[in-house]
Amino acid sequence: MCLGIPGEVLSIEEETQGLRLGRARFGGVVREVSLDLVPDAQVGDYVVVHAGFAISVIDAEEAQAVFRLLEEMEEAAP
Amino acid sequence: MKYLDEYRDAPAAEKLLRRIKAVVTCASGRRARPWVVMEVCGSQTHTFLRYGIDQMLPEEITLVHGPGCPVCVTPVQAIDQAIALAGRPEVTIVSYGDMLRVPGSEKDLLSAKAEGGDVRMVYSPLDAVKLARQNPERKVVFFAIGFETTAPANAMAVSLARREGLDNFFVLTSQLLVPPAVEMIAASPDNRVQGFLAPGHVCTVAGYCEYEPIARQHRVPIVVTGFEPLDLLQGVLMLVAQLEEGRHEVENQYTRSVRREGNRQAQAIMREVFEVADQKWRGIGLIPRSGLRLREAYARFDAARVFGLQNLVSGEAGVCISGLVLQGVKKPPECPAFGTDCTPERPLGAPMVSAEGACAAYYAYRKA
Repeated sequence: MCLGIPGEVLSIEEETQGLRLGRARFGGVVREVSLDLVPDAQVGDYVVVHAGFAISVIDAEEAQAVFRLLEEMEEAAP
Repeated sequence: MKYLDEYRDAPAAEKLLRRIKAVVTCASGRRARPWVVMEVCGSQTHTFLRYGIDQMLPEEITLVHGPGCPVCVTPVQAIDQAIALAGRPEVTIVSYGDMLRVPGSEKDLLSAKAEGGDVRMVYSPLDAVKLARQNPERKVVFFAIGFETTAPANAMAVSLARREGLDNFFVLTSQLLVPPAVEMIAASPDNRVQGFLAPGHVCTVAGYCEYEPIARQHRVPIVVTGFEPLDLLQGVLMLVAQLEEGRHEVENQYTRSVRREGNRQAQAIMREVFEVADQKWRGIGLIPRSGLRLREAYARFDAARVFGLQNLVSGEAGVCISGLVLQGVKKPPECPAFGTDCTPERPLGAPMVSAEGACAAYYAYRKA
């Protein structure tokens, strides 16, 4: 249930009934997602989606953190 | 898939493992016993076991599995309430799929469905609202369970139903909060957990400020961690580095999704609909202020109240030791019923059912 899947926002619909809906792609699958909890999300952003709701916009810079650490480890190694 | 596959890279995982080994070796001479580390979330448990990471970690690190499996800790009384509602001809019960096979005191929701109950499965709580809108003659009850991750979605569903004036939509809630459970484990007199990997998606919503006093007071390092193999290895590395250095801070490994203050929109909708309350955890018992209940303004959506089910009494299966498993005291194979009387096909306890349950993970990946 805490599975959050990263998906790419493909489109954002006009608000209806106070809901901000969009479509997001997860690999080969496109699904409707609620974007109410991520008001800053734009088309092209990746969002973590949980129970049909995007709960965060993935920070592309921070997503590289573990790979930067790996590089630093390599440079530090004799 | 982007943001999944790259965190499953085997050579990168091996580098992190070597680094972990280098860090713990420094202290193994003066410490006779391994560091005991708990991953709080059941999805993290599954990743550890699926990829065999628990077996690759050096023997100076022992992993124990935590209570972060929402369907496992949903009180049996709530399941019995859902089953009782499914027995009413005018009611449609709508649930997350995980919940259908979790045993109540006598049966599960799937059996209630087989007996003629109208039980539906949805992916999003908004689908439950849609069902209520499309079927005005039915009383639609959404079984709103979960941790901080599902609470905003469940709250949105209630808020939407109120805005639309739907009078046939209700929620049966069992909403739990993670930090009080971590605190309870850390404060327990026989606690052996020395550091926690905190759940990345719960913290995406709620932030991690609440873990800071727990880390300080109980002198345990806590690292907010993601769910993929490289996330978990980096989380373990950060935690072990703290343990070796004698630090006990809250650190964030899962920075691509988690900010310290969490998701403010999600918190706002949670606060609008729910208030903090004492909460029973299945197998564990009552933990003060560890749950959410509907605010008085939303009482008319409260299925337990509307249908008069608050006083339903429930019992547990005797042999199941899920409470000890969920607190990291025992591992699933230590249960006498594991893999014999209790299997995913015929589960005695919830952790054998769920995709996040520790018993199901051991059954899937470790049963010889």
